Amino acid sequence: MIFRNKLRTMWYSRLFASFAIWLSVATAKAAEPEVNADPAVPARVDFNRDVRPILSDNCFLCHGPDKNRRKGDLRLDLRDEALKAEAFVPGKPDESELVARILSEDPDELMPPSKSNKKLDARQKAILKRWVQQGAEYQQHWSYEKPAKAAAPSDQNAVDVLVRRRLAEVGLKPSIEADRRTLIRRLSSDLTGLPPAPEEVKAFVEDTAPDAYEHLVDRLLADPHYGERMAIGWLDVVRFADTIGYHSDNPRNVWPYRDWVIKSFNANKPFDRFTLEQIAGDLLPDANTESRVGSAFNRLLLSTEEGGAQPKDYEARMLTDRVRAVGTAWLGQTIGCAQCHDHKFDPITMRDFYSLGAFFADIQEPVIGSREEGMIVASAEEQKTLAKLDAAVAEAKKRLEAAAPRLDVAQAQWESDVLRYAVTLPELAGDSKSTPADKSAARVVQAALKKDAKTRNPREREALQSYFRKKATPLFVVERDGVARAEQERRNFAAGLPKCLVSVHSAAPRTVRILPRGNWMNETGEVVKPALPHFLPRPEVAGRDLTRLDLARWLVSRDNPLTARTVMNRIWKQFFGAGLSKQLDDLGAQGEPPANPVLLDWLACEFMESGWDIKHMVRTIVTSATYRQTSGATPELLAADPLNRELARQSAFRVDAELVRDNALAVSGLLAAQVGGPSVKPYQPDGYWDNLNFPQRRYVADSGDAQHRRGLYTWWQRSFLHPSLLAFDAPSREESCAERNRSNIPQQALVLLNDPTYVEAARAFAARVLRECSGRPEDRLKRAWQLALQRDPRPSERETVRKLLDKHLADYRANPAAARALISIGVAPTPQGLDAAELAAWTHVARVLLNLHETVTRS
Amino acid sequence: MKTRLDPTDLSVHRRAFLGRAAQGVGAVALASLLDSSLLRAQARPPRGTSPALTLPQKAKRVIWLTMAGGPSQLETFDPKPGLTRAGGRPMPESFTHGQQLAQLQGQELVCLAPMFPFRTYGENGTEISELFPHIGSVIDEICLVRSMTTEAINHDPAHMFMNTGSQIAGRPSMGAWVTYGLGSEAENLPGFVVMVSTGKGRSPQPIAARQWGGGFLPGRFQGVPVRGLGEAVHYLGNPRGVSREQQGADVAAINALNTRHDAVVHDPEIAVRIAQYEMAFRMQAGVPELTDVRDESRKTLELYGCRPGDGSFASNCLLARRMAERGVRFIQLYHRDWDHHSLLREELPLRAREVDQACAALITDLKRRGMLEETLIVWTGEFGRTPMSQSNKGPVGRDHHNKSMSMWLAGAGIKPGLVYGATDELGYAAVENVCTVHDLHATMLHQLGIDHDAFSVKFQGLDAKLTGVEGAKVIQGILV
Repeated sequence: MIFRNKLRTMWYSRLFASFAIWLSVATAKAAEPEVNADPAVPARVDFNRDVRPILSDNCFLCHGPDKNRRKGDLRLDLRDEALKAEAFVPGKPDESELVARILSEDPDELMPPSKSNKKLDARQKAILKRWVQQGAEYQQHWSYEKPAKAAAPSDQNAVDVLVRRRLAEVGLKPSIEADRRTLIRRLSSDLTGLPPAPEEVKAFVEDTAPDAYEHLVDRLLADPHYGERMAIGWLDVVRFADTIGYHSDNPRNVWPYRDWVIKSFNANKPFDRFTLEQIAGDLLPDANTESRVGSAFNRLLLSTEEGGAQPKDYEARMLTDRVRAVGTAWLGQTIGCAQCHDHKFDPITMRDFYSLGAFFADIQEPVIGSREEGMIVASAEEQKTLAKLDAAVAEAKKRLEAAAPRLDVAQAQWESDVLRYAVTLPELAGDSKSTPADKSAARVVQAALKKDAKTRNPREREALQSYFRKKATPLFVVERDGVARAEQERRNFAAGLPKCLVSVHSAAPRTVRILPRGNWMNETGEVVKPALPHFLPRPEVAGRDLTRLDLARWLVSRDNPLTARTVMNRIWKQFFGAGLSKQLDDLGAQGEPPANPVLLDWLACEFMESGWDIKHMVRTIVTSATYRQTSGATPELLAADPLNRELARQSAFRVDAELVRDNALAVSGLLAAQVGGPSVKPYQPDGYWDNLNFPQRRYVADSGDAQHRRGLYTWWQRSFLHPSLLAFDAPSREESCAERNRSNIPQQALVLLNDPTYVEAARAFAARVLRECSGRPEDRLKRAWQLALQRDPRPSERETVRKLLDKHLADYRANPAAARALISIGVAPTPQGLDAAELAAWTHVARVLLNLHETVTRS
Repeated sequence: MKTRLDPTDLSVHRRAFLGRAAQGVGAVALASLLDSSLLRAQARPPRGTSPALTLPQKAKRVIWLTMAGGPSQLETFDPKPGLTRAGGRPMPESFTHGQQLAQLQGQELVCLAPMFPFRTYGENGTEISELFPHIGSVIDEICLVRSMTTEAINHDPAHMFMNTGSQIAGRPSMGAWVTYGLGSEAENLPGFVVMVSTGKGRSPQPIAARQWGGGFLPGRFQGVPVRGLGEAVHYLGNPRGVSREQQGADVAAINALNTRHDAVVHDPEIAVRIAQYEMAFRMQAGVPELTDVRDESRKTLELYGCRPGDGSFASNCLLARRMAERGVRFIQLYHRDWDHHSLLREELPLRAREVDQACAALITDLKRRGMLEETLIVWTGEFGRTPMSQSNKGPVGRDHHNKSMSMWLAGAGIKPGLVYGATDELGYAAVENVCTVHDLHATMLHQLGIDHDAFSVKFQGLDAKLTGVEGAKVIQGILV
């Protein structure tokens, strides 16, 4: 938003827009938000921290890397170019054109010009002036420099050392450690996405061992649900979904890839291997079923089956889709901007963009239309069975082949008989009841019969032989049936096995051209081969074309300055609510220089040096004192660092959509613990898929355990994402998504109150409490609180809920039909032996608990 | 440190803000929680001027009538006697060389004469198809644009482009942008509502939720689908066996517990959550109140030609007016099944009949209530159709086309009775006053009081705008 001169009022308006519903004007005016006064201009200006963000956001659009857009032949992103154009005289602001122009009061002279809707504030002007005065030094953009590892005492957690070093600089103090109940709740949410059982909380609270916390971390890292929790973020950046995205948005077989991600995290597959398998799992020297399933990454893009789609159009869309995804997931760069022009802010050229796209031109795929089943994903056991069945087919064919010479003689005889007696094949007789397919096949045969044997093409010869052997001859029926049976048996077995679209290399890759202005109809652009971005360190390769494997190796090479930073920055967000550099998808010039760059660099280096060991990095982060701080902020701290960029405390935030669901199911005891498997269909409002077509689809909710699986297994329909996931900001995964919104909207209330998933969870939760705890309502309330929040109710809470319980109990005693209606919602069996009115009333209590802000918040 | 304005930063300022505002609000709203009539009586004062409004505001709201599938301009609003004369002859290659084609790729290109006669309507003698006599009767209120174009040629990308200004998924839709910029004046309804009706024709083209998505804007700005049939809003109804009074008691308890928890943890998000529970509970009453049209006169129902609760486009038009009255900022109605590759002669009149009277009724009804001058009505498809015939899908029709389409606008400072722009003699390409999708968006924002070029959100390093980076122009020629 760039009404910069109206900054204060703008905030006011945006707040107002959101809360206008319930705030009167008077209240809002009284509470105009504060915007921190800009910090002073630093005595020593740092180009990357202070200057580049200003130049990039305000100047590079016209004076940056994109030569086609450049004005006045002035380029400010390179010092030599700027000097050549006499933009400034280092050390002499008063003689510098740049300084004169930004300070000018003449609207024709002023930079940036008013029509750009850009405006420098006083501080920004002062920074630029001081920068020129101090010599106008440039630095390489921070994220393109190799990360350097700061030294930290080996007996201390480097995260804490580096955070505290920074806190001392800015004059802040770390917060105290959170209480144990909060710690185990936080850790469980962050590492498994599930709440701890009250017994686990109690054990941890009472554990006096000095390494109790570390033990807890190790236990949770070894939990199979850890992989599920970690998978969520990765599935967002790779845009994993169950459907193709465009138009008909039909299903595609890719769920084994999701399980591959979960297993990879659980097995702590090194991130470099994790990367190689995804980009080039089919090209690895040791390629196997597992690595090939990983290579499904390349197939997760949007595709179409729309009639009238032009192949070249979609070929271009698919190329750009892939480049954007790799750019976001591994490089943290907005490479997509270079589709139509050189990047405006970063040194990414169109050639870089299309050359990256060319890496994927070897992937075999139908660009439009026809659906593929994908590769069979068989376990070792199943592979043995498959091999056995294949051998049986081969054996049966061999037996038939032995009879072939005699069959061929008989076929020749049959052919001549048909011709001599002008026989019409029975399928084509006037009274035939054959299927259209059979008729059409017979027509081909009849036509082929009329031709001279020598002039028949291979297809006709094949059709004749097949027809004769299957339908026309009584000879060798046992052998022929044997083949049919063996083939059928293999088909049946294969049909029951999971399948997954994977990458398959083609020796004849598609031609990739630079598309001028991104226009796929313009074929005048230069043809490009796979190549790595020119502005980053890259290996010399001569004498052969680069492959996806080269790309993958480069992504995780020690020389690549971006990947480790990008991944660590995202991981950091999982544990603190925000990245060290806030823009998770942009570590370029327009992103945010990290508040604590030394820390991000240390994490990146440690990550690489550890052998890309994710669990090691997670353990390092969550065992830090920084992570263990309380999330409560003193008013002073809140005022000093409202966004918690300095990490003088933890952060509280609402958990991700999937975890909202998982938590309710876990608390209620309904959760099916199974890890992996095909995607599932939770209850969904009627008619939600009405606007899908080709074909029309009816949503059938799953029954049994499949109804109570974790949220990440939900069927991901891109064009109509499940509405209760959508309400909690799960992305549609049409595009790579590094950061979800974290909104707080009325639809969330409607979901938690009325979605059958949550009503069913509430009644199961209520039944669980009633069953596990007979006796006084107070004891039951205590149990309910322990299950949902892992703490005892406060007296005032108990009082509120007691009243609510009594009221509902009276209502349902008077209206037993309503009670029965409520306690039978969902597929879970209604428990026997519980009083219906009592269960219904407790269902309300359970519902209140599942709806609490605290319940859906990780603090 | 750089001052960065982006949607995710909101929370902090919201915190600072709510820290002081919350208690008072919570108390008032909790008291009124169970009494929606009390709530209705507390008319909120107008909200003052939003800083997004840098221009005079002509339109307070938008009603966007989207004819999904792509209606043929040649049988609706763009008379082409030249095409009639050329009917049956090959399409001159000078028109089509090097152009995008959809289902006609590799086919012989033959001119198809318009299938329905046009006649003149209104004081200015505007020529439109006889299939739209009702729209004809209000043609003097309408500004007809015959020179609209788009970039996409397949349904899905074309819808995406028309709604979000981009063919890459994940950008905010226009309704989201507008509610983000201007907020909403609705008390118990969402600020951006989408309704879909389907023609009683064949198998209509699908549409996708991204057409009303919030993209990178906060979730509360996304369009909320309201259904004309069945449960109006997903998860709106109480669970079986739970009365409204019981629901209210639960919501009150939830909010009471949340309020007390806030006293312990001082989390400003809690005040927001309390407010959203109140809003949700109000919506549970507000939406049924909206869709219950028993208080509409028989004359009004006849004007629209609808039966209450039939889920038709006509019913949705009536609901659109009721939403407009209730302060909904952006109302988008889809009517599906305009994709006439075949059966153009048979099917188009049916679609026309389904929308004609209701479109006219909406204009008439808003006008007589004095609301037309502050309501911007827009009627578009996602693309137009070829002057060439398509015969490979059954009885003749027309293929997708992006070089020409017709649309119309009415109300809110749009010049009434104007015909703007023109296509060439065969109706292949817009040639006079050519308008783009970004121009349309710029113009709509302009009427809402927003300078499209200054209305941006930082996304992936860019000042992302609804109207893109290529430059768009407000279509000044159609403005009063």
